[in-house]
Amino acid sequence: MSQTALCRHCNEPVTAQSPAAPDFCCTGCAGAYALLGELGLSSYYKRRAIDPKIRALRPDEDEIASFDFTELASTDEDGKHHLNLMVDGIHCAACVWLIETLLQRNDAVLSARINMTTRRLRLSWQGKLDDIATIIHPVLQMGYRLIPFDPAALEQATASRNKELLRCLAVSGFAAGNVMLLSVSVWAGYFQGMGGATRDLFHWLSALIALPAAAYAGMPFYRSAFGAIRNRRVNMDVPISLGVILALGMSLAQTIRSEPHAYFDSAITLLFFLLIGRYLDGRARGQARSAAENLLSLNARSITVIENDGTRRLIAPQKAEPGMIVLTAAGERIGVDGEVIDGKSDIDTSVISGESIPVLTQPGAKVFAGTTNISGPLRIRVSATGGNTLLSEIVRLMENAEQGRAKYVAIADRVAKSYAPVVHLLSLATFVGWWLIGGLPWHDALMNAIAVLIITCPCALALAVPVVQVIATGRLLRAGILVKSATALERLTKITGVIFDKTGTLTTGKPELIRSPDEKTLMLAAEIAANSNHPLSRALVRATGNVTPHPNVTEHPGQGLIAQGPTGVIRLGSRDFCGIAEHSDLPSDVVGPELWMAESGKAAQRFVFRDTPRKDAASVISQLQSRGFDVGLLSGDRNKTVQQLAEMLGLKNWQAQMSPTQKAARIQARADEEHLDLMVGDGINDAPALACAHASMSPATAAEISQNAADIVFQGDRLGAVIEAIDVARKADRLVRQNFALSFAYNLITIPLAVSGFVTPLIAAIAMSSSSLIVIANALRLHANSATSKDTVVDSIPQTAQQAEA
Amino acid sequence: MSNLLLLIPVALFLGLLGLAAFLWSLRSGQFDDMEGAANRILFDDDDEAISAKSKKIEPGDS
Repeated sequence: MSQTALCRHCNEPVTAQSPAAPDFCCTGCAGAYALLGELGLSSYYKRRAIDPKIRALRPDEDEIASFDFTELASTDEDGKHHLNLMVDGIHCAACVWLIETLLQRNDAVLSARINMTTRRLRLSWQGKLDDIATIIHPVLQMGYRLIPFDPAALEQATASRNKELLRCLAVSGFAAGNVMLLSVSVWAGYFQGMGGATRDLFHWLSALIALPAAAYAGMPFYRSAFGAIRNRRVNMDVPISLGVILALGMSLAQTIRSEPHAYFDSAITLLFFLLIGRYLDGRARGQARSAAENLLSLNARSITVIENDGTRRLIAPQKAEPGMIVLTAAGERIGVDGEVIDGKSDIDTSVISGESIPVLTQPGAKVFAGTTNISGPLRIRVSATGGNTLLSEIVRLMENAEQGRAKYVAIADRVAKSYAPVVHLLSLATFVGWWLIGGLPWHDALMNAIAVLIITCPCALALAVPVVQVIATGRLLRAGILVKSATALERLTKITGVIFDKTGTLTTGKPELIRSPDEKTLMLAAEIAANSNHPLSRALVRATGNVTPHPNVTEHPGQGLIAQGPTGVIRLGSRDFCGIAEHSDLPSDVVGPELWMAESGKAAQRFVFRDTPRKDAASVISQLQSRGFDVGLLSGDRNKTVQQLAEMLGLKNWQAQMSPTQKAARIQARADEEHLDLMVGDGINDAPALACAHASMSPATAAEISQNAADIVFQGDRLGAVIEAIDVARKADRLVRQNFALSFAYNLITIPLAVSGFVTPLIAAIAMSSSSLIVIANALRLHANSATSKDTVVDSIPQTAQQAEA
Repeated sequence: MSNLLLLIPVALFLGLLGLAAFLWSLRSGQFDDMEGAANRILFDDDDEAISAKSKKIEPGDS
């Protein structure tokens, strides 16, 4: 580790220029530390465990006023107020304790409880509704971010579905345990000579437990099977439901006629095992989805509306109506589509156009939701929210593209489609064979036929896929890769090409200084630039480290900065702004954004920037290429910029100046030529392409609509997540296939036994449980691998970063 | 044989009791936050008493 001191509050490195050095990185952190000391909660610092993957706890004054917290609060008849908040910045259990304690110190607070799994806080308080601002202030001061949300709007469906599965699991577990207990006695009695009356009693007891339990716990399967049949399809749940119902029906018939062949235990254990798989599957996907939702809510900001009487009000972006006047401060994301009526600023439109350089915006210009206002405040009149807005156009494109993907059939259902008819024919053949050819009475023949159905009931088959998927999804979740769609991993194994977007995906989306005059000029330029939020200014400051801002600087949006220096006026900005004509003697080998600095009496100086690729972009691309993937680049940016990046990363297949529709059309055209692509993109302009690609990924920094369109969302700066996801998907695919092979091998042995009428309830129970256990054990191998490879992944991050730098 | 007639209902009743308890705890939201419950015990109320004490000691220690 380096010798840099770490901030006592947020644990980030402290720079020498910090106003609160040497202990703190900023005054906010110093204030937070002092506040905790006053409240006697300093023990937090001893107890916490910092998670490097989570945002550092650095208080940010701008964040504090960014929401209208009262909007989503509800008040019950006792005058108590309730509010649900998403908490960003929780590192460990100590953070949960700290937030809850801080809130409960306020006498107005009735209860404050954080759900650590979902990182959501439920707060109740009494008194005035507006008190919320003072109540949560200490928490915001610590550097946590609180985002109000409406619980009704978020994944309630998944949560209640998972609860239902858990209830079914409990009921079937109880029934399976008790029925098994009775069955073991019956099997033991089989060898020791149990009386017929006792056996019948045990069968009746089993029926009493198993029938209601199976009726209740089997509901998720029956419902899905019924839905599939009504749509004239066959899914995995059809043979399952049929098997369970027939097994129970026949067992009941046997019991009534006091005969020995009762399969209550097999039927209910089958349900129990399958429910385990379903529940785990649902939970893993639910976690990934709620993490993705949390990410999205973090980007959602209230917008400031200016009323006719001049008062300001915060509202949610979706409540904006055409004609409203919205104020957007410098540095804020624009929440609406509209027309600028007042103000002049630079707008970062990279999410829409892929263009990495901000564009100048003046009154009369159109602006779009999702873009970022950089340099000056703007008043925007909200334009029609109908079907003509850019966003809704892109959403329409995206929905069209997604319809194709919805047709994708999961592998388990594809197998079921060919498997179920074979099984049903086989059991029919058994019945006909024994009855007409074998000469058995019809009910004995029917029993053999049903035994075939029970033994082939795809217990292992239906477990094979979910268990592997649970483990694969969980493994990716721990690496910060959120798999949102159920069939995403399967589709990922089919891809032959990987198509990247440029700005924000292959590159960091932040320009970096690559060519500058001497050190002294650079320092001066950085001091002037420290007064501006423009990406190029920020890049200058980043290139020099911390500088003290130059006094007397005025910003001219879209043009540049003017500083009053000791020797006269210094201009820093565009070529025109600095009064430089188009020279032909300038080196033209560098393309990219540039800044000029003109000082009176001196030759103008030029700074050249480049939107630098992510650190591991080159290594990821070469790794993908060496594995035989066809790697491409589709960008909305200008030809030269794209070409330069493509050459730098060794990409031959690239296209620039693509509109959102063209991007999607290109992907579609490749798909028609049997090239299935993984699309990786982050901009709004990528959303249609993401939706129509065979599989899609987007970084967590992406626009909301792109994250919604993507199958997989990955966190962090590493593009290596793409390779990781492909690797895990392929490994999972291999295990699924192995599991299918194991299940078929098992069926190969047991089906002849069943057809020839040798299957007793004991054999059925043993065969069923053991095949399930083998399949689960095989799936767990993915987990075992991940335990070792997880360490190597962590180790390899610094290595790849070094390689990329070297 | 007669002991079986007693014991089986007893066993089933106890099992049902456990099932009912689980379903109740599920309904009352005790399974909503598995992670938090595991960690919360480490930050119990009596901990606050300790931290209050250590607050007095701290000025001397730093």
